[in-house]
Amino acid sequence: MNKIITKNGLILASFALVITTIVGITQHLTKDKIDEQERKQLLKTLDQVIPRASYNNKLFLHCVPTLSQQFLGSSKTQRAFLAFNDDVPVAAALETIAPNGYNGNIYLIVGISYDGTVTGVRTLSHQETPGLGDKIELSRSDWINSFATKSITDHRDQRWQVKKDGGEFDQFTGATITPRAVVAAVKNTLVYFELNKAQLFAQPQRCGDK
Amino acid sequence: MNKYAELTWQGLWKNNPGLVQLLGLCPLLAVTSTLTNALGMGVATIAVMVGSNATVSLVRHWIPREIRIPIFVMIIAGFVTCVQLLFNAYAYGLYQSLGIFLPLIVTNCIIIGRAEAYASKNQLLPSIYDGFIMGVGFTLVLVVLGAIREILGQGTLFDGADLLLGPWASSLRIELIAIDQSFLFIMLPPGAFVAMGFIIALKNSLNTKVEAMIEKPVEVQKPQRVRVSKVS
Repeated sequence: MNKIITKNGLILASFALVITTIVGITQHLTKDKIDEQERKQLLKTLDQVIPRASYNNKLFLHCVPTLSQQFLGSSKTQRAFLAFNDDVPVAAALETIAPNGYNGNIYLIVGISYDGTVTGVRTLSHQETPGLGDKIELSRSDWINSFATKSITDHRDQRWQVKKDGGEFDQFTGATITPRAVVAAVKNTLVYFELNKAQLFAQPQRCGDK
Repeated sequence: MNKYAELTWQGLWKNNPGLVQLLGLCPLLAVTSTLTNALGMGVATIAVMVGSNATVSLVRHWIPREIRIPIFVMIIAGFVTCVQLLFNAYAYGLYQSLGIFLPLIVTNCIIIGRAEAYASKNQLLPSIYDGFIMGVGFTLVLVVLGAIREILGQGTLFDGADLLLGPWASSLRIELIAIDQSFLFIMLPPGAFVAMGFIIALKNSLNTKVEAMIEKPVEVQKPQRVRVSKVS
């Protein structure tokens, strides 16, 4: 009896070993390609929120950690990418979360120029209702572009709401919660940026340690 | 019918994993909102099925009966992880749009079902073929369902095909009906259930006809009468 158990245990272990090795090899072989894909994806997104011509540093390498439950919607550290033109701060792209979407978190990246104007916003991922709330994706609607060139006057800027609440951003037919969450998140990011920009740009780049 | 024709027949129609065995309903219903997603999921499933069937068939003599299931699970999980890494590396857009359903292929019962029911008892080549054709049968159902839902839901075909096939494929996109507001019901899982129900019903209604066409009637030999009268 013991003998059979030992034998089976050894067989299982050797299968586990072989399979783990194969997975390990595949992982090793695809690692560079995956990193490259992720970098490309990141760069593509960054290009959409901060115009490429306005800076000349390696934007996707120059990032600093940010943390603010109140303004960035998460208790976890997120990243801010800093754009410089010959060491003059130009803009930043901040990852942020709208925690109050219709269905869970909405992950966003907000590009803000140094003077506090929005240069672009993109939705990174979300689980909003397809056909209604997913108009926050650029592939479904250009609503997300309505943030560009806007800025806030103070922390209680009444314009930064959906039209239904008295602001100047469109809501979607049948879906108000989603755009409301996104508008609030972008506004909070702007507030955070105003409060912290000096400190952000003074930090040395600390990328890689996500 | 020879062995391979029989396998083809079983995989594509008679014992189709999607329509008859009703295995793997979770990916079937969840990712078929567009044709492209359906196709990507199908290709991934075929790759995993061929790989796992081949491996299971190769090592079948060394696997003791009592621990066959954990070993099958390990083999399948290994393949799925590899496929996931490959998708991540070479089809990044699709990797993102399939999301959690790619790693969830592990839990697709078709794969372990075929490993257990076929590959663990048969030689390498038939096992590979069985994995392939069962995968194709599953993919066909995925594709039909994906196409129906995409046409009814958003009026297009091949939306986002460039995610799967590269930038040139974005010209494949066909706009069949111009819809302002997409048909939400069809896009969401309930629509998938309903469409799936119709496909199964259609398959069942065609069943007798198709089977009569394909399956040659087996000649029933009349048993010769044997004298059974008792000799008393």
